[in-house]
Amino acid sequence: MIKAVIILILLAASSFFFLVGTIGLIRMPDAFCRMHATTKSDTLGAGLALLALVIYRGFDVISIKLLIILLFVWITTPTAAHIMAKAAYNQKKTIQGEDQ
Amino acid sequence: MILNALIVMSVFLGILFFFCLYRAYIGPEAADRVVSINIISTKVTVMIALISIITGQDAFMDVALIYAMMGFITTICVSKYIEKGKLF
Repeated sequence: MIKAVIILILLAASSFFFLVGTIGLIRMPDAFCRMHATTKSDTLGAGLALLALVIYRGFDVISIKLLIILLFVWITTPTAAHIMAKAAYNQKKTIQGEDQ
Repeated sequence: MILNALIVMSVFLGILFFFCLYRAYIGPEAADRVVSINIISTKVTVMIALISIITGQDAFMDVALIYAMMGFITTICVSKYIEKGKLF
């Protein structure tokens, strides 16, 4: 019973963070603001959802694979955000330089 | 009860895909589209993991792991192409 309540709370928090990220993706004015909204919500939403699945399965081979996916997402999401921000900034800088 | 909650979470993620696809369709620059596709790939990873638990097919978990790697490689390649105009 306590396990079910913990899983439901984690799933609700995960869907809340995914919803916040999607609203930020739709409503924010700039590419950098959208990145700011989506990256944090993406990390936390995926982390909480996969953690709920780990608690649901218990200690198993599948839960170890889930933890590997979780670690991979936690490593790669900030890295991808950094690379996207660098690409958007350099593209904007070269376009402004061509205009001047 | 938990299984129904997992199904509801999957349907919720499936609804959120359409809003991300809306941003990918109307995004004024290429960087907005890259951000949108990145968040879609993370959501698809979580959704494949949820479906693997719901249907009881343990082999789908490998698909989720490979999909996370493919999404990361896609984001890096498209960002490099936007930044430099070529891949290498």
